[in-house]
Amino acid sequence: MSIQKDYLDQLEAEAIYIMREVAGQFEKPALLFSGGKDSICLVHLALKAFSPGKFPFPLVHIDTGHNFPEALDYRDKVVNKLEEKLIVRKVEDTIYKRKLQDAKGKFPSRNALQTYTLLDTVEEFEFDACIGGARRDEEKARAKERIFSVRDEFGQWDPKKQRPELWNIYNGKINKGENVRVFPISNWTELDIWNYIKRENIELPSIYFTHERECVVTESGQLMAHSQYLQLDADDVIVKKRVRYRTVGDMTCTAAIESEVYTIDDIINDLEEAKISERGATRMDDRISEAAMEDRKKGGYF
Amino acid sequence: MELLRFFTAGNVDDGKSTLIGRLLYDSQSISTDIIETLTRQSKTTGSNAEIDLALLTDGLRAEREQGITIDVAYKFFSTSKRKFIIADTPGHIQYTRNMFTGASNADLAIILVDARNGITDQTKRHSIISAILGIPHVVVCVNKMDMEDYEQSVFKKIEEDYLEFSKPLKLQEITFIPVSALEGDNVVTFSDNMKWYKGPTLLQFLEEVTIVPAKTSEGSRFQVQYVIRPQTDELHDYRGYAGRVSNGSYKKGQRVVVLPSGIETVIEKIEKHQVEIEVANTEDTIVLHLKDDVDVSRGNVIVPVENVPKTEKEITATLCWMDNSGFVPGQKLLLQQNSFITKAVIKEIQAHIDIHTFQKKEASDSMKLNDICKVLIKTAESISYDPYSENRAFGAFILINENTNNTVAAGTID
Repeated sequence: MSIQKDYLDQLEAEAIYIMREVAGQFEKPALLFSGGKDSICLVHLALKAFSPGKFPFPLVHIDTGHNFPEALDYRDKVVNKLEEKLIVRKVEDTIYKRKLQDAKGKFPSRNALQTYTLLDTVEEFEFDACIGGARRDEEKARAKERIFSVRDEFGQWDPKKQRPELWNIYNGKINKGENVRVFPISNWTELDIWNYIKRENIELPSIYFTHERECVVTESGQLMAHSQYLQLDADDVIVKKRVRYRTVGDMTCTAAIESEVYTIDDIINDLEEAKISERGATRMDDRISEAAMEDRKKGGYF
Repeated sequence: MELLRFFTAGNVDDGKSTLIGRLLYDSQSISTDIIETLTRQSKTTGSNAEIDLALLTDGLRAEREQGITIDVAYKFFSTSKRKFIIADTPGHIQYTRNMFTGASNADLAIILVDARNGITDQTKRHSIISAILGIPHVVVCVNKMDMEDYEQSVFKKIEEDYLEFSKPLKLQEITFIPVSALEGDNVVTFSDNMKWYKGPTLLQFLEEVTIVPAKTSEGSRFQVQYVIRPQTDELHDYRGYAGRVSNGSYKKGQRVVVLPSGIETVIEKIEKHQVEIEVANTEDTIVLHLKDDVDVSRGNVIVPVENVPKTEKEITATLCWMDNSGFVPGQKLLLQQNSFITKAVIKEIQAHIDIHTFQKKEASDSMKLNDICKVLIKTAESISYDPYSENRAFGAFILINENTNNTVAAGTID
């Protein structure tokens, strides 16, 4: 009779198992790395899964051009330290090449445009599998997605045609042109991520901790980082606040929160007391409609 | 802290999503912005309640429009005692394959029965699926007790009926709880309306039930997922077999045999996440090093010499057909058992099983969506396996249509 393991060990084992299945089943996989906490955990898990060997896949960053500089610094530091291969593709180049219209508005979000760059990159390198850090607890449409999620040649997710996925058996067989999005940390919650970061002593970009920042207050009261990407009106007021970030997306669509955290323990305490969901707190991109995420995923988004 | 994975199954109108909503809501697992969204949405769905709890789990637009669950939704919550992963599975027969998906990794099943209707065909189907998958605990939640004036006799009758019908299924452990998901009776808080009920509330039960690992045999099992060969100057000769211990334990120095080749060797070294360890246990993700330079590749199995699983090219199994197009005799298939994949054909359909009575029916040579059959399968390469009843991780497989690449069936080996 085996003894029940701690849940973090179980989640870790599941994620490592999934990553090794990707390595075993696919010719040209990739790991999508943004410098956010979820993909940072993926890199840490890949180290455990494959060392002392190199990763059997490159790290890929879809650069929207609206990143927090701290996240980019962190990304480069990690890549240099690990000596793994990094591929960066820029949304700016896609806009130019495909003659797309750039995002507009006061807080221009390149979230939708990012999908073009991602799909172009998948095509350019003929990636047959992309590992991503999406979690089922983030959002309702994500809660429905398989761990191996097959996308057609247009990158689309068809929720009605999902393959059955039983036990720990992952069917990675695909037709030419299709690819699979793989989510090893599907079953982790936000709190699990933080507890894991604490347990494994994983270094994070500084913006997860409280710092002073110039912010613009939105109509609904959210704090947006002041940057050259915003289209401010004359009457907008810029205020200095002590803030931190709960998720790291683009500067134009990720809101900061005011709270004093200096350690991972502080973050965990804060989270356990928090009464607001991760995406609800900080993401403007999900507020558009009830099915915002479902629609974006059907279009090829992560 | 321990983790309990469970799934919920019920009829279309048994109030399954409401029950999960109630569990999450009453255990304070829902954030305020989501409650706000729900309150707003509830006004447009025509639900009478202030918050339509079912909206918490139905994630797809089509599901919200039709008020049904089509695909499995995973939900997460925790209390001070345990962490839970819920697979909310669809009840409708059309989506049985999605129910299998949600149930396959569960430690426990919650089967909902509407107090007004008693045991239905669907209850039977969900129980039979739980039996086929070897789910260690089944909790029968008799819901909508409020509609039957919280009558003990109604509950007792359903309990008796269920025990009678489920006898041949040999379910390992069955628990009955009378609840009203809508009103919240016995879900998280005790009911004042059913003082005759002395058992735990549903949440209390979930927090306290002993998590029995699915029945497992003695044999240690390890399947190779990936061969790690850095081929760098300093790690020139490094060759490690990465995989997860699916059962039992492995020790440094242990004599093992590689299957299907049958070559014997010794474990020279075990690494777990770059740290050398002496013993690896069930679920550990490790790298094994073998003493002799033998040919080992992905899908091969490394087992102790004294306990070797059957390794054959013919297996009999219980199969659930999951593809919209039915089975055509002679169809080219791939059989996948974790990391092992081989070509396979279904040689014979030995019996169809009635999904509502568990009785064997006369076999025909075709299978359609959601059919459950006893089959004889022939594989191109030998498969090493244990009967599913002895080792869930090593006795399960899926069948893939070689032409469409879809997963067309799930099987448990006899």
